[in-house]
Amino acid sequence: MNRLELTGLTTRPAQVWGGVRLVPLVREAPVEGLRLHREVYERLGAGIVELGPRDHYVSYIPHGLVADWSTGDLEVPVGGRQSAAYGTQLGGGRDVPRTLRLPRPPLHRMAKRRPGDRLRFLPLHLALEGYLALHFGGPTTAWEEWSRRALRDGLSPRAEDAYLGWSVRGLGDALRIFEIHPDQCGVMVYVSDALAAAFVVPHPEDYRLLHASLVEDLYGELMHQYALYGAPVAEFGARLGDGAHIRTLAELRAAARGQQRVWEEAHESLFARELLDSSYGFDRVYRMGSFTLWRFLPPFVRDGSGQHIGETVTDHKGRVAYLKTFRLSDAQIRRGYLLHVLAGADWELSRAAATLGSSREELVLRIRAAGFSELLKGNV
Amino acid sequence: MRTSENSADLVAAEDVLLFANAAITATGQREFRSGALDQQLSLDFLHTYVRVNYRRLYAASLALDINDHNAARIVLGLLATAGEASAEERRTEGRLIAARLARLPPQRVYRLFGEVRRAGINNRRTRAIMRDWLAARPDLGHDAVKYRSGVKTAARHVHLRCPQGAEPLAEVGAFLFRPGKLPRYEHPLLDAWRRAHYEQGAVAELPFTVAEGFAARHGMKREVFLKRAAPRMTRLERLRTHAVTQRPDVDLAAMPLTRLALYVLALPFEQRAALRTELTGALRTAARRAAGKHAGSWGPVHAVLDDSFSSSGSGQKRRRPLAVALACHHLLEVLAAPGAYRGLWTSGRGDALLVRPWGPTPLGMRVLDALEPGPGGAEPDRLVIVSDGWDNAPAGLAGEVLRVWRAQLDPGRRTAVVHVNPVYDADGFDVRRLAVGVPTAGIRDAEDLPALVEIARFAEGRTGAAELHAYLDRRVALFLGEKATEKGAVA
Repeated sequence: MNRLELTGLTTRPAQVWGGVRLVPLVREAPVEGLRLHREVYERLGAGIVELGPRDHYVSYIPHGLVADWSTGDLEVPVGGRQSAAYGTQLGGGRDVPRTLRLPRPPLHRMAKRRPGDRLRFLPLHLALEGYLALHFGGPTTAWEEWSRRALRDGLSPRAEDAYLGWSVRGLGDALRIFEIHPDQCGVMVYVSDALAAAFVVPHPEDYRLLHASLVEDLYGELMHQYALYGAPVAEFGARLGDGAHIRTLAELRAAARGQQRVWEEAHESLFARELLDSSYGFDRVYRMGSFTLWRFLPPFVRDGSGQHIGETVTDHKGRVAYLKTFRLSDAQIRRGYLLHVLAGADWELSRAAATLGSSREELVLRIRAAGFSELLKGNV
Repeated sequence: MRTSENSADLVAAEDVLLFANAAITATGQREFRSGALDQQLSLDFLHTYVRVNYRRLYAASLALDINDHNAARIVLGLLATAGEASAEERRTEGRLIAARLARLPPQRVYRLFGEVRRAGINNRRTRAIMRDWLAARPDLGHDAVKYRSGVKTAARHVHLRCPQGAEPLAEVGAFLFRPGKLPRYEHPLLDAWRRAHYEQGAVAELPFTVAEGFAARHGMKREVFLKRAAPRMTRLERLRTHAVTQRPDVDLAAMPLTRLALYVLALPFEQRAALRTELTGALRTAARRAAGKHAGSWGPVHAVLDDSFSSSGSGQKRRRPLAVALACHHLLEVLAAPGAYRGLWTSGRGDALLVRPWGPTPLGMRVLDALEPGPGGAEPDRLVIVSDGWDNAPAGLAGEVLRVWRAQLDPGRRTAVVHVNPVYDADGFDVRRLAVGVPTAGIRDAEDLPALVEIARFAEGRTGAAELHAYLDRRVALFLGEKATEKGAVA
């Protein structure tokens, strides 16, 4: 599997607000046997995740998602009581346990099994950690150019910047006034007509509850700048021309339906192409019954198109039940590409330079410009 | 030369229609898509623009069905810039202002008087207008208790004389400016207010808003207090305070249609379903009353009603657009020929009583459905669209459908299309339109629908500016004339 398979999801007309275009994705029937719930973390989302005995991931983590693939009695989730959210929980009945105000211990692992058929994972952070951990171990061969620290600690500590949805101008308003379609299970967010994020869930009910959480997600630097400096985007409204061939109401209706089809095709071939046509490197995180949680990395090709990292849950046929993506900025793509080339050349500078078609000095400059100067000895 | 005059006339007519739409819909409050500040800025500009350029028409719009917020703003604007008007204009304005003030709810007028004072507008004419209004109040003692600071400000501003022996003015003067000096008042309400400070029994005699404060001060139990105060509550206060579980002892059918629709939409679904016959009956009765002599005169009518998520309005105007749509649904049912009405909600749901603001706005497809011939193959005489104009599934389809349909399928204009819009678009200085050829009118209360459809005719651009002026003059004459006969009847 190397592609995202969005079968079963239909595109509906976009809704535009300022520079933000939201494209709803609708499922005819919800995915059987998988539901997603949200759990909210307190302490303003400052979170630490223990990845392993020595590795920690520190970020703003406002919420996590709990995937529930228990079959049968969906009405009373058995594990639901144990996994009550720390922090606020809205809209609970009498059965909801009282919120415990205990200091939260660091989260253990990005994806953690919960009692019952449930899995807690941290949306986007799972994907972002996959990107940060790219060749995290550092040089595999101790060439003399690499510093002692690079050989000892690898790329640690490694950091990347992202913007909170609230700070992307206009996104909060666009999400607030967005009119959710019945049976809507996903949305594609475009800022200045660049794909910022794709979000798909298995069930319309889940989408309705999780729609607002999009504004607490991470967005790349590029999206923040596009929203800040970009102009309002045009609405691709329906156009029926002069309608000279239309003689009856039925023909007019057919023409109107045609407009809907045109938009669907235009969206898939024009807007979402960069997401759907890329081939990704998938990395399996967890297997839950017939579903599998993956995270994926883009090929890091530098052809100017957007590159997305993300995580997805697919069913046994490879169809997407859950999807969340993050668009990398150009600098992030460059860094990923550079690390790939270096690792491919076994961290030998002259070989990597040959692959890139540049001189060794240029490559050294490039590594330093990418923010990896710590890896190189000072005299190189 | 002629053409330039004509075009200036047309621009003037357009501006006036635009202003009328704004003055009917906008209240300076938050809307679904814009904040309160945007609305206020936009409205401010529009008021200044029309007042400076078309002062006569600005004043004449007081005679239209504009909302109270804008009526008060116009009055304030006219009083503040009286120097720019000629003596003749001032006379007309004065009559219009007096007639409008008489129709405004008292709390609005007292607030307006406060603004007049803050703006420092104090001349003989303004004082006379205020004094006349105060003199026409049925019971100033009641106002002094209920709108205490308002009456006080107004009395101070107009130098209201409260001579000894002129009851109840003398007592009101003492009550407002020398409280605690008189041992007792002759006026029952003023005396109840005095006694309510130490006697719980007197609390229930006061108007509800005043009594609430005293009840809190005495620590009275809420249920006991509400039961005692019930006879003195206004209808809205009674509706507001009754518990959700019990039925309000209010004659629902006597309420204005849009108010009733708002009340119905505020009820939870189970209760709406439980009270189905009662609520539907009340809505129908209110609609019949609102339609009056127009009932059954519109022929076959089809309607497209917007119940998308955006019709939920805002925190300040809760479900207003949806309530207008619901009220229009019932009104149109009465206006149409018996059995020849078809109302289509954008969500596709059929039960008008259980509507809820949710989902997208596929207005284009619904318009197509509505253009289909009704039962018996009869094409509709009128198509009424009640929507905020944000057509988004897909965007702009409704306008395209209506344009092509008009050009290709109905060039003879057999069916009249009108779009009424309950939401003011702050960026466009107007209500949002669907298409160029479709007349759009702002709407606040569904009861005004017949009058609005008349105004919308001018927006189509097929009737001239002269007719618009004639129409406005007729409305002004009607507005002032009606008032005069009412006064005559009272005297």
